[in-house]
Amino acid sequence: MSRSEPILKVENITKSFGTAHILKGVDLELPKGGIKILIGPSGGGKSTLLQCLNCLVTPDSGTIWFNGSVVDIQKSKELYAFRQQVGMIFQDFNLFDHLTALDNIIIALCKVKKKNKQQAKERAMVELEQVGLSDKGHLYPAELSGGQKQRVAIARALAMDPKVLLLDEPTSALDPELVGEVVAVIRSLAQKGMTMIMATHQISLIRNLADEILFMKDGLIAEQGTPRELLGAGVCTLSQGFCDKLNEITGEEI
Amino acid sequence: MDDLGFFRELFTGLNRGLLMSIMLIIPSALGGLVIGITAGALRAFGNAAVVRIGDGYAALFRGTPLVVQLFVLYFGLPNVGIYLSPYWAAVTAFVLCSGAYQSEYVRGALLSIKRNQYLGAQALGFTRLQTIFWVIIPQAMRRALPGCGNEIIYLIKYSSLAYIVTFMELTGEGKTIATEYFRFTEVFLVIGFYYLILVSVAKIILRKTEKALEVPGFGSA
Amino acid sequence: MFESLTVIKDALPYLLKGSFATGGIVLGAMLIGLTLGVLMACGMVYGRRWVRWVVGFYIWFFQGVPVLVLLFLFYFGLFNYLGFNFTAFTSVTIVLGMTTAAYQANIFRGAILSLPIGQFKAANALGMSNVQAIIHIVLPQVLRISIPAWSNEFSIILKDSALAFVIGAPEIMARTQFVASRTYQHLPLYITAGLIYFVLTWSGVKGLRALENKVRIPGYSHQGK
Repeated sequence: MSRSEPILKVENITKSFGTAHILKGVDLELPKGGIKILIGPSGGGKSTLLQCLNCLVTPDSGTIWFNGSVVDIQKSKELYAFRQQVGMIFQDFNLFDHLTALDNIIIALCKVKKKNKQQAKERAMVELEQVGLSDKGHLYPAELSGGQKQRVAIARALAMDPKVLLLDEPTSALDPELVGEVVAVIRSLAQKGMTMIMATHQISLIRNLADEILFMKDGLIAEQGTPRELLGAGVCTLSQGFCDKLNEITGEEI
Repeated sequence: MDDLGFFRELFTGLNRGLLMSIMLIIPSALGGLVIGITAGALRAFGNAAVVRIGDGYAALFRGTPLVVQLFVLYFGLPNVGIYLSPYWAAVTAFVLCSGAYQSEYVRGALLSIKRNQYLGAQALGFTRLQTIFWVIIPQAMRRALPGCGNEIIYLIKYSSLAYIVTFMELTGEGKTIATEYFRFTEVFLVIGFYYLILVSVAKIILRKTEKALEVPGFGSA
Repeated sequence: MFESLTVIKDALPYLLKGSFATGGIVLGAMLIGLTLGVLMACGMVYGRRWVRWVVGFYIWFFQGVPVLVLLFLFYFGLFNYLGFNFTAFTSVTIVLGMTTAAYQANIFRGAILSLPIGQFKAANALGMSNVQAIIHIVLPQVLRISIPAWSNEFSIILKDSALAFVIGAPEIMARTQFVASRTYQHLPLYITAGLIYFVLTWSGVKGLRALENKVRIPGYSHQGK
């Protein structure tokens, strides 16, 4: 299969809340195995765009193709099936607070994928192991650190065998010392060839993982290119300026 | 024409009953507030013995049905030679019961005020009395208002129990006419709307009062 | 004094038997209230405009009309009018159930709204339908949060159930009144009835608190959210 065949493609996505036009017509093509990273100032529409991609926020207009065919988001059955194939990682984790780490992973397998409890549990254990939390399965979200919560959330999404992963600032709500463990998990996903689109302010992720960087501003993609093109030495781009500012804050080397 | 006579009698009766209901509700609400504030303050700040007595009072009246309290006062007390008229039996029961619930809100409100408020007042040289009047009461009042107001709304509805001890208020008047004409559905629907109006008016007043006293960022939690 | 004690001693087993009827009424009413309350709360939060309007009217009506009037309205009026031949016991249970449903709907509505929106979104993102998200994710949390308010509702309904005697349901109060009218020992008997209710309220609330502790999720403090 050629690497350029898009698994997820959207065209002309717009979204307004009242009089605020958050997305003003965004096009996006995500090839299988590709990793795109969204950057840009807050309020630029990154989070809304990601949530439009799996219709957690219903776009006002636009078309979504998945695996070559249009997703009819008016048909709830089709929409639910589509969402199963698109995993999402939230900034504030959104683990189900009334369920243990293990049950957080099991519930969707049982209720959505209709697996039996034993199969679901085995799969969940495998995924917890992958993110290095096989001994924490019995703990409730409130008993986990932020980094552990996010790793459980990743395990939960991966257990559904998604074809694409949407990550909405997965490290932004974490204490600085906990960022590393989550970044490590995301890196290993990238190495295994997971298709991802991620909004992040984490310089190391932007620099090292992205096939392409999308700079979003005022509801539009203002710049788009490889890290080398946008962030290479001597270039003068919006992205470069933005990352320089991030550098000043975090002190991280680009 | 039979209908005309029926409705004329119904509304005359119900309006008379409404007046009686209001004569029950207002003194009971005021009495309940006085008892509630007193008992609430004693339960919040009294010495151990006073707190115990106050807690016992509240637990007793909150833990038993109002109708039982009413029966004890009206049917029970004559056993020991105390005779209360239906009106006074009802008002006494309402005041005591309502006071018990009110005291709960007042106590909660007083205890919710943080120590730094007292310290702040003391540091400015307020006397104890000044602190209570100018700092504690204005805050506690706002905290207690929603609960206390709700209690008065409950009282409006529970004033219907006075009918059981033969006091002819709204429900009693209606029941008489309903039985006489054997038209229960219409009569009790109309009575229901009388109460709905009373309750809705009380709710509006309560909400307006809360709004008027609202302080930004001063939560009721 | 001695005479009163004898009367109480003789009447107590008879009065206590009324606890079964009282218990039945309260249990039935609370279950009706729970079912209707959950449905109405979901209707208010997730429903279309007309659903919200209907539920709003229902709540306004049942919260604004005294229980006594509702009892008369349904037992003597509407149930007959509609051709239902309910016993006093059934009627009281249904009427109290419909009343507490109005209050429970508000309790559950508040609880649903207090959940972080992310819980619903995460469920959707995993491919759950809205109904699945409500059943598996929202309600288990909402019911846990609601136990304290629910326990308050329980004690209100228990006390309201004492009004059942006005239409002749054979519960504690009706039995007390029956004995009192024969022995003229009103004071000791009604105080006894009061104490029975007090013990029932107290043990019910204790039991619900135990339930609350049992289903508590470690480290999950709702206020912290």
